[in-house]
Amino acid sequence: MATEAHGEATGLSFHPMDQFIVRPLFSDGPVHWYTPTNVTLWLAAIVLATLALLVLGTRGRAIVPNRSQSMAEMAYGMIHKMVGDIAGKDGLKYFPYIMTLFMFVVFANFLGLLPMAFTVTSHIAVTGVLALAVFLTVTIIGFVKNGTHFLDLFWVRSAPLAIRPVLAVIEVISYFVRPLSLSIRLAGNMIAGHAVIKVFAGFAALILINPGLGALVTPVSILAVVGMYAFEILVAFIQAYVFTILTCVYLKDALHPSH
Amino acid sequence: MEGNIGELGQYIGVGLTAIGMGGAAIGVGNVAGNFLSGALRNPSAAAGQTATLFIGMAFAEALGIFSFLVALLLMFAV
Repeated sequence: MATEAHGEATGLSFHPMDQFIVRPLFSDGPVHWYTPTNVTLWLAAIVLATLALLVLGTRGRAIVPNRSQSMAEMAYGMIHKMVGDIAGKDGLKYFPYIMTLFMFVVFANFLGLLPMAFTVTSHIAVTGVLALAVFLTVTIIGFVKNGTHFLDLFWVRSAPLAIRPVLAVIEVISYFVRPLSLSIRLAGNMIAGHAVIKVFAGFAALILINPGLGALVTPVSILAVVGMYAFEILVAFIQAYVFTILTCVYLKDALHPSH
Repeated sequence: MEGNIGELGQYIGVGLTAIGMGGAAIGVGNVAGNFLSGALRNPSAAAGQTATLFIGMAFAEALGIFSFLVALLLMFAV
C-alpha cells in the first residue's frame, strides 16, 4: 500500500502499513506472477504448518492422544460439529472443503502474528479469492441441488404478498454482497489489528528522542502493544471461526433455500 | 500549506468514515450485551447459541467494515 520511502532521522522510523508490502524474496526487481515473494513464503509456511498438525500430529493414532493429536482432533471435531449443526446432515458431504478453509485461514492468521511475519489474509486479493470460491461453490450447489427452487431464497413465501418484492430486492442485494463482506471482514480485521500494534510500537520509540515525554508514553505504549497482541490472538481465531461459520450458513441456504 | 481542495475533501471524507466504526461498535455491543443478559437468565441454553452470537456479531460488524472499505476506496482508488 504505502510504497514511498518513509522515516526521518527522528520520529517514526517505520510506517505502520509497511508490513503489508509484497516484496520479492531474492531480488529487488518487479513482482511478476511467478516471482517468489514473501506471500509465497508464508503461503508455503501455512501449508507446512497445516500438514505438520494434521498429518504428523496424528501419526501416532494413540488411544490417549498426545498434545498435537488432541489439537488436531479438537479442530476436526469442532468444524465437523459446526457443519453438522448449521448446514445439516446433508451438508457434511462438503465438510472437507470447509475444514480446508478453516485450517488455511486460522494458520494464516496465527502465523501472521509472529514478529516480522507477513499476514497473508491481510490482502484482499487472498481473502477475495477465498470468498469468491465460497460464493461460486454455494451458488452452484444451490442450483444443482434445487434447480429453480433455489430462487425461493429471494422470494420469501412466508411474508405477505405485498412486501415480497421489497424483500426480494433486499435479499438479492444481501446475497451478492456476501463475497464482499466475507473478504473485507477478514482482511479488514487483520489490517486494522496489525496496523494498531505497529502504531503503538512506533510510539514506544519516543523515549529515544524525547526522554522527558518518552518516560511517560513509552511504558504505556509497550503495555498497549502487549494488550493489543493478546487481543489479536483472540481476533485471529474468531475471524477464522466467523469465516467458517458464515460459509456453513451460506451452505445451509444453498441446501435448504426455503425460509 | 500546499495541495488541492479535492485532496482536502478526500481526507475529510476518510475521517468521516470513522463515524461508521462507532455505529458498528454500538451494534456489536448490543449483540453481545443482549446475548449475555439472555445467557445469565438461562445459562444452560447459552452454550448452544454461541454460533448464533458469532453470526450476529459478524453481520453487525460487516456494516462497520463497509465504512472501512469506503475509506480505503477514498484513499487509494479515487
